[in-house]
Amino acid sequence: MSQPVLEIRNLNVDYGLGDKAVHAVRDVSLTLHRGEVLGLAGESGSGKSTLAYGLTRLLPPPGVITGGQVIYHPEGGQPYDVLALTDRKLRQFRWAETAIVFQGAMNSLNPVHKISTQLTDVLRAHEPKMSEHTRGARAREMLKLVGISPDRMDAYPHQLSGGMRQRVMIGMALILQPQVVIMDEPTTALDVVMQRQILGQLIELRERLGFSVIFITHDLSLLVEFSNRIAIMYGGRIVEEAPAATIYRDALHPYSAGLLASFPALRGPKRELAGIPGSPPDLAGMPSGCSFHPRCPKAFDPCPTTIPVLGPPADLNSAGRSVACWLHPALEIS
Amino acid sequence: MTSTKAPSGEVVLEAVGLTKHFPVRRRLRQIFRKEHEAVHAVDDVNLTLRRGQVVALVGESGSGKSTVARLLAQLYPRTDGDIRLHGVSTRVKGGRPFREYAARVQMIFQDPFASLNPVHTIRYHLTRALKIHGNAENLDAALHDLLTRVSLTPPERYLDKFPHELSGGQRQRVAIARALGARPEALLADEPVSMLDVSIRLGVLNLLRDLKERLNLAILYITHDIASARYFADQTLVMYAGRMVEGGDSETVTQTPAHPYTKLLIDSAPDPDRLIADIDPLEEDRGNGEPPSLIRPPSGCRFHPRCPSAMPRCSTDLPVPLQIGDTPGHWAACWLYDSPEVAS
Repeated sequence: MSQPVLEIRNLNVDYGLGDKAVHAVRDVSLTLHRGEVLGLAGESGSGKSTLAYGLTRLLPPPGVITGGQVIYHPEGGQPYDVLALTDRKLRQFRWAETAIVFQGAMNSLNPVHKISTQLTDVLRAHEPKMSEHTRGARAREMLKLVGISPDRMDAYPHQLSGGMRQRVMIGMALILQPQVVIMDEPTTALDVVMQRQILGQLIELRERLGFSVIFITHDLSLLVEFSNRIAIMYGGRIVEEAPAATIYRDALHPYSAGLLASFPALRGPKRELAGIPGSPPDLAGMPSGCSFHPRCPKAFDPCPTTIPVLGPPADLNSAGRSVACWLHPALEIS
Repeated sequence: MTSTKAPSGEVVLEAVGLTKHFPVRRRLRQIFRKEHEAVHAVDDVNLTLRRGQVVALVGESGSGKSTVARLLAQLYPRTDGDIRLHGVSTRVKGGRPFREYAARVQMIFQDPFASLNPVHTIRYHLTRALKIHGNAENLDAALHDLLTRVSLTPPERYLDKFPHELSGGQRQRVAIARALGARPEALLADEPVSMLDVSIRLGVLNLLRDLKERLNLAILYITHDIASARYFADQTLVMYAGRMVEGGDSETVTQTPAHPYTKLLIDSAPDPDRLIADIDPLEEDRGNGEPPSLIRPPSGCRFHPRCPSAMPRCSTDLPVPLQIGDTPGHWAACWLYDSPEVAS
């Protein structure tokens, strides 16, 4: 893969302070390469959205980043730590370098403003020298890019359908040509038909504009199809990371395997599926050791006591993948 | 429970030509107009629920699938058509008849976070269901029995908990236990797993299937996920814009879909076997666009404005259910399958 664009190093995010703090993201390290789609999968409460908000410093209180670094590599510039930026620099960084499409993006548009106003607002804030005319032209171009006819510029959000609103949100995210786009469950509220159209379009745009995507969803079968690499989160940690096809064919962590077996197949032979017994852990009372061990069918001696380290499995010769499981202990990295 | 001894395959609930129009409030300038506008939420729906069988109703949001469930539960009065319970036409509106109906047909809602009262314990919820439907003699045994049935064991641990102390999957199991408290013959499950975490969805679906077999229930499973319909249901019906477009054996409908809309739905479902390299962003001829307005639905076939294989006839004539191939029971409401001799 090409060079990295965003490196997350040992990020920790808590909700609350002191003893009562809930550790929502623990020790997460993840690298996003230029031009790739990185899928982030996990159930509700696994910390995937918190991770996304944490790395852009958008966490509302009581969310606190308690440690780690987020290194951003601008194109042809010196890398810097996003978490150490001053407020002023952060303001410039957001949207221009990293944009987010939020969960339930259909409701993130302001209902009392025309979409033209909302699209040009961003330009007004980030490129104040741009003329009114150029701003309008840029917004129109953006709408055309996401497949909405530019004459809908003067429509209010309620005059657009859910799918169109979602497209407007994607257009807004791309208007400053960011290097990284974070999509937090972008299509969960949409129908499957619309979902496929929008994702197909997003992939096409990515090829044209060359940005990288962090795609967060609970639908692993969608990720396998649309992303290059997948990281699976459970209980605030990344438990497995590998190329999409590798995870689909041969998931090493029992949780990844269980998650994959939770989606009934539409084609191929019909088989009995079991899902995963038990329910996702409560972040406030996380099990000791590997947080998946109470639900794990393959748990053995070290699982309840020692936390497995995420790393390339020593027993398998497979490049580019890492797993945090005692079944496949990590290589000692010197 | 004598009712469980009824033969499997016996018809419990039938909808015949079921129709529901919701009136639209008239604006001032329309007040003198003759015609009344209405949302055509459900038009001419036929379905049959049999004991020991699961029928899946698949469609996008807004296709009217939840309205069908609510009509069958008699929560809405119907505009036209008929609902037959064991062959007897029923129309109930509150009071004792509604309770008697509810004892036989129970509904499970989508959101277990909203369908349980947060200020009452599990014991209260289940006791109420048992008492209302007169199954409360030997209450403790009945409560234990219900919780054991939905695999919340040991029952003592759950009885005195409040809903917020349970996870989503456990709450949905309580909701199912509550429905079973009425000792129903038919369950109407309106997206019972779509609000649950992915890893526990199958557990709840497997539980429903197990209950169906043990209690000989008739289940209507409403979903937008056609893959889960294939997994869970014996029969699958596909709805589009308030009308049934295709129906038949689940395996046949999902493997050899006939109606262009069903094909679109199946092509759009996430498929891990199709990897990123194979996505062709230019495939635009498969019926893009959006579902139509139901206030003025398209004439003829409601899918014709999006349909890649629409013919002139589709915009004028309403398609009738036509038999597909030689698979018994597989039908589609599409003129593509009209044989010339029938047309003449």
